Amino acid sequence: MASSSASTPKDLPPAMLDVATSVADWVIVWPIALPMVGAAILLMFRRRIELQAPFSFAVILGTVLSNFYLLGRIYADGPLTMTMGNWLPPFGISFTADTFGALLALVASVVMLFVVLYVQSEVENRENLYGYHPLLLLLLSGVSGAFLTGDLFNLYVWFELMLIASFGLMVIGGRKIQLDAAVKYGFLNFLATTIFLIAIAYTYGLVGTLNMADIMRKAPYVENGSISAVAALFFLAFAMKGAAFPVNSWLPASYHAPDPAVSALFAGLLTKVGIYALVRVHFMLIPQSFDQLQPVMMVVAGLTLVLSPMGAIAQTNIRRALGFFVMGGIGAMLAGLAFGPQMGGTGIALYAVHSMLTMTALYLASGLVERIGGTSDIRHLGGLYRASSPLSIIFLILVFATAGLPPFLGFWPKMVLVNSGVRLAGSGMDAMGAYHWWLVAALLVNSILTSIAGTRIWAHVFWRNGREGKQSEIPNDRLKPLDRKGVRWGLVPTAALVALIVALGLFPNIYFEAGLSSGASVLQTQGYEYSVFGGAS
Amino acid sequence: MIEHALAVLIGLFFTVAIYLILSRSLIRMLLGIAILGNAVNLLIFTVGRVTREVPPIVPEGEYKPLEQIANPLPQALILTAIVIGFSLFAFLLVLTYRAYQELNADNTDTMRVAEPEDDPRPPLSY
Repeated sequence: MASSSASTPKDLPPAMLDVATSVADWVIVWPIALPMVGAAILLMFRRRIELQAPFSFAVILGTVLSNFYLLGRIYADGPLTMTMGNWLPPFGISFTADTFGALLALVASVVMLFVVLYVQSEVENRENLYGYHPLLLLLLSGVSGAFLTGDLFNLYVWFELMLIASFGLMVIGGRKIQLDAAVKYGFLNFLATTIFLIAIAYTYGLVGTLNMADIMRKAPYVENGSISAVAALFFLAFAMKGAAFPVNSWLPASYHAPDPAVSALFAGLLTKVGIYALVRVHFMLIPQSFDQLQPVMMVVAGLTLVLSPMGAIAQTNIRRALGFFVMGGIGAMLAGLAFGPQMGGTGIALYAVHSMLTMTALYLASGLVERIGGTSDIRHLGGLYRASSPLSIIFLILVFATAGLPPFLGFWPKMVLVNSGVRLAGSGMDAMGAYHWWLVAALLVNSILTSIAGTRIWAHVFWRNGREGKQSEIPNDRLKPLDRKGVRWGLVPTAALVALIVALGLFPNIYFEAGLSSGASVLQTQGYEYSVFGGAS
Repeated sequence: MIEHALAVLIGLFFTVAIYLILSRSLIRMLLGIAILGNAVNLLIFTVGRVTREVPPIVPEGEYKPLEQIANPLPQALILTAIVIGFSLFAFLLVLTYRAYQELNADNTDTMRVAEPEDDPRPPLSY
């Protein structure tokens, strides 16, 4: 605004915000800025190894608190927007948080809080020197950014930030298996984000804007055929990020390779960002193309649901088997996606929260199993009940929660999803009508197969006395009980996370309230648009 | 008219990229990734509408451009995409080299450390 004051503009529409965003509204960027600045500071002090963990814990705690405040404000007042650089919304980049995004950002930071404690039990000084904690914080920053941004291209940037941080965490330590896994993880995920970028390019070409709220307003005027092609590209890209069935091969190839804490984070956070983006795009941005994609979504969801736990049954590596459980959960959320905006949103939000907490805890517990047993091969594990009975109880609870057995957390989202499916199939509310019975059946079959696969792992690892075959009655002599450090930093954080999961499962009131509110927020596109553009049209 | 030529060029880029990525050799896959990134950048450039090469600068004393100008937004998007794509490509390059050193493999068929080929069957008890 360097022009002389002699002439003042008259007929031009305003392009700048005239009031600064109030300081209280800045809360929307705290969950992104805090970990990012924290990572930068920690990188400067990377030789001060004793400083890394306490500082990173403090930063993550701050992120959790700001996410709490953010979610509380959005729950009370509706979606919150902050637009960067004082430009009016379609020009400045907006961060817009509704209940769905803020809830997932909160759960992501809570998961991170437990993992950063667990990291204390296994990280080595050498890994600290290479920037373990800065990478953790950058990953959190990328995940929060993806959940809170209100701009499609910005979402791509957060995806890439998340990806580069996860590359670093994947190879840190430099074991052969990690390099092998990182090549497959790297190439396929890079491909997925590139497909996402292609879809963004076409969206820009068709709609002329990349601001999410602006797309919601303008996309209905675009010809339906071309927007459906873009929607299919988005579906391919995010299904690949979320590891849905035909494009899932990178997940079982890589998630068992890095440290258990890192694979726990990946399992908890990364695939769920893909699901979040699917919901955002197909339920809110371009819902008019949903009907055409629905059959594809149903087939993909059904196959992912049924085939994933079958893959888990066939694995000998304990963490590879768990990777298939992660994909089974993705199938359940895709089933919610196929149920449509009206019926699916609540189930997806509830399942995403459950999946983030339970999958992280399951991987953390499996890390302890591997430490006690000295191997990840289910054949040679055995007799762990004697070595650590608390761990065996934790693991069994988590298996039941994953399978969706009643008193535990996984039951509630499964119930909501099955309920939506039954109501859709019975009422014929949409074009697919009775085909929804297939998805309901797939959801239930998934539960049965998951409980078979999970209890089989539990029986082999904990219940069986010794090792494979005829030796199974001879006590396993290779077990090393957890040392002091392993109990304090490994078992205690895992038990605390499981306690949270059990508490949420037994008293699901808050959990349901958050899920219902998120499901409703996906439908309230007017509220979302209003928060970005205000009263102006 | 130039749009048609660009569209053909982008199609060509995508063809070459997909062909290379489908190869078993990691170096070819890397080249494919690099070309794919350029194909997408050209795509963003083209969908941003190719207009006359007038720089998007508002003359002094005016409040809006006098004639049709080039669209500046695709350039900003492409610049961001180039930077991100370049950094990821650099990482993949180093990763491939390290994988070649450690695993002695440039062929995805022989990279079976994380997914062993002769993976033993899971225990059949219970």
